[in-house]
Amino acid sequence: MDFDRIQEKLNILADAAKYDVSCASSGSDRTNKNQGLGNASRMGICHNYTSDGRCISLLKILLTNHCIFDCAYCVTRKSNDVKRAAFKIQEVVDLTINFYRRNYIEGLFLSSGIFKSPDYTMERLVAVAKKLREEENFNGYIHLKSIPGASDELMYEAGLYADRLSVNIEVPTISGLKLLAPDKKHEDFTKPMLKVKNEIVRYKSERKIIKSTPKYAPAGQSTQMIVGASGETDKDIMYSATYYYKTYQMRRVYYSGYVPVADDARLPAIGSQVPMLRENRLYQTDWLLRFYGFAVNEILNNDHPNLDMDVDPKLSWALRNLHHFPVDVNSADKRLLARIPGIGMQSVEKIMKARKFRKLNWDHLKKIGVALNRAKYFTVCDSRHWERRDLDAEKIKGMILQTSSGKFRNQYSTQLSLFN
Amino acid sequence: MNPSTTLIYDGSFNGFLTTVFVAFDEKLNVADIQKNSECQNGLFSETETIFTNVEKAKRVWNGIRNKSHNAIANVYFAFLSETEGVELMLYTYIQKLMATKSGKQLDYSDGIVLHISQLARKVGREKHRMEAFVRFQLTKDDIYFANIEPDFDVLPLISKHFRDRYADQQWLIYDVKRKYGIFYNLDHVEMVSLNLSDIHHNKTVKSDAFKPEEYDYQTLWNEYFKSTSIKSRINPKLHTQHVPKRYWKYLSEKKEAV
Ligand code: SF4
Repeated sequence: MDFDRIQEKLNILADAAKYDVSCASSGSDRTNKNQGLGNASRMGICHNYTSDGRCISLLKILLTNHCIFDCAYCVTRKSNDVKRAAFKIQEVVDLTINFYRRNYIEGLFLSSGIFKSPDYTMERLVAVAKKLREEENFNGYIHLKSIPGASDELMYEAGLYADRLSVNIEVPTISGLKLLAPDKKHEDFTKPMLKVKNEIVRYKSERKIIKSTPKYAPAGQSTQMIVGASGETDKDIMYSATYYYKTYQMRRVYYSGYVPVADDARLPAIGSQVPMLRENRLYQTDWLLRFYGFAVNEILNNDHPNLDMDVDPKLSWALRNLHHFPVDVNSADKRLLARIPGIGMQSVEKIMKARKFRKLNWDHLKKIGVALNRAKYFTVCDSRHWERRDLDAEKIKGMILQTSSGKFRNQYSTQLSLFN
Repeated sequence: MNPSTTLIYDGSFNGFLTTVFVAFDEKLNVADIQKNSECQNGLFSETETIFTNVEKAKRVWNGIRNKSHNAIANVYFAFLSETEGVELMLYTYIQKLMATKSGKQLDYSDGIVLHISQLARKVGREKHRMEAFVRFQLTKDDIYFANIEPDFDVLPLISKHFRDRYADQQWLIYDVKRKYGIFYNLDHVEMVSLNLSDIHHNKTVKSDAFKPEEYDYQTLWNEYFKSTSIKSRINPKLHTQHVPKRYWKYLSEKKEAV
């Protein structure tokens, strides 16, 4: 192996892949077969963190950064003057195996620019995964990026070897897509998603009857949207995320604050700030939809097309819906409890259990881990006074911001800081 | 009332469990439980030396486990924390556990119960970190070798993880602080004691104990690590929160010069 050449390629092709924010290696529980190499840990393992604080768990690279397309938001686009490189199939296999054996990584995340044609490219991605599984007896995690426009047959094969598949939708609206990625059609994304979804469903039902049916993309599929590149609202973003969750049974939708990489009149200028707080708010909204029983139109609608930046989306919803409050923690159902600002899902569970034994008061709630500085304006319990008195939304917001300014401002973390 | 007794054991977990067995069996009034390597007899108590007996240890293990799976994990993890005086605390904890009808009713407002579960949680966190931060280097005799220096004695806890994952390669993980390692020989894992003169953390010069290409892979990984950061998003505080500095010297990607 010519290490200098490999290193040059690795620098180019890891650099170009870093804008993909998905890094999860979780959700698969592939076990080590026949005394081979590797397994997948259900929770995933972060082996290190980048200096911007994101987990490094997979070797995330492009097979090549040659591309016949010219998507405006992409460093790899045809018209961009950058150094180009391409890995050979065996080189990716060797890198993955050698990194894995040294316990650097949980597996491989392989994506690619499109060279020649979508199918030609997809075929090579699949070949890497197949080699790893069949020749190297590798049972670690493999995430393959589906190439938009790849054929059903190749998508089918990809799912046999990969733990997770993803196609990045990147631009949340069809009109934005036309503007920024003129070479791509909406169906180029949705067709492979649909194929993968159908296969997952089919394999699952077959496994119920025949236990030995192999797993098909056991960690499901995910997608990513760029935030802040094409002028869309938070409503546009979350409505299309909801659509992808529902229609294609996505395991995760990732939101990636646009990092300016091109001088292009259609895009924010180079040097403009990455919208990290906005990204964080979108993740919080995503959580509310997936785990807290909120419907997307409760949080975002025509009257309220963008998320508040100064308060988290649950608090923002509560302030707009004061008529639902106060909620009595000693009698409210689970759904309502989960809607109280300052009360996270874990606290909800604890409250449900604890209130069987006794009526809960502020002290109990505090011990349970409720953030009283927020919750107290929206709850009554077995303590005498109700804090909200006759405060209106503006005042409550002001008081909360005053007591928690450090927490709400400068929330530029990309790891989810999970609000309660 | 029985005079109080200080029990001396060999420092192993089985030894500790045997001690608990003896104390229960002979209804001793336990003043303290001490490792033979560091015992200081109390002024007013008798001492009794306990000899490790796997059968007795097993009975205590099963007894705790039958009460609660959570409790047996807490006991084992907290024991590995090597905290001073942890044995006596564990002994009290086990007494409390045995006094409950079903182990689930342990009262977490009780100081000892709370303390043991906190210790166990700390050790658990260290276990996960070591699963993440072990970095193997390939030696000339085809053994993947790693040094670690964990705060707690977690080698026994990570052995299964590495055996399940690296079934087709020989590996050795060596605890620099405690001077012993676990070695997998393609069949099973065994404990080995070594006294390494040369600790290969990432600042040392190239050692000829390793294959030459080992350093090429380290360089590749090091470079990869650098190229994954997005400059406009840098957040060093978050970084060190996830990867505390004391671990850096064994991470090949944090290498300054080979
Ligand atoms: S097709 Fe993919 S790699 Fe090519 S320019 Fe568009 S986004 Fe970039």
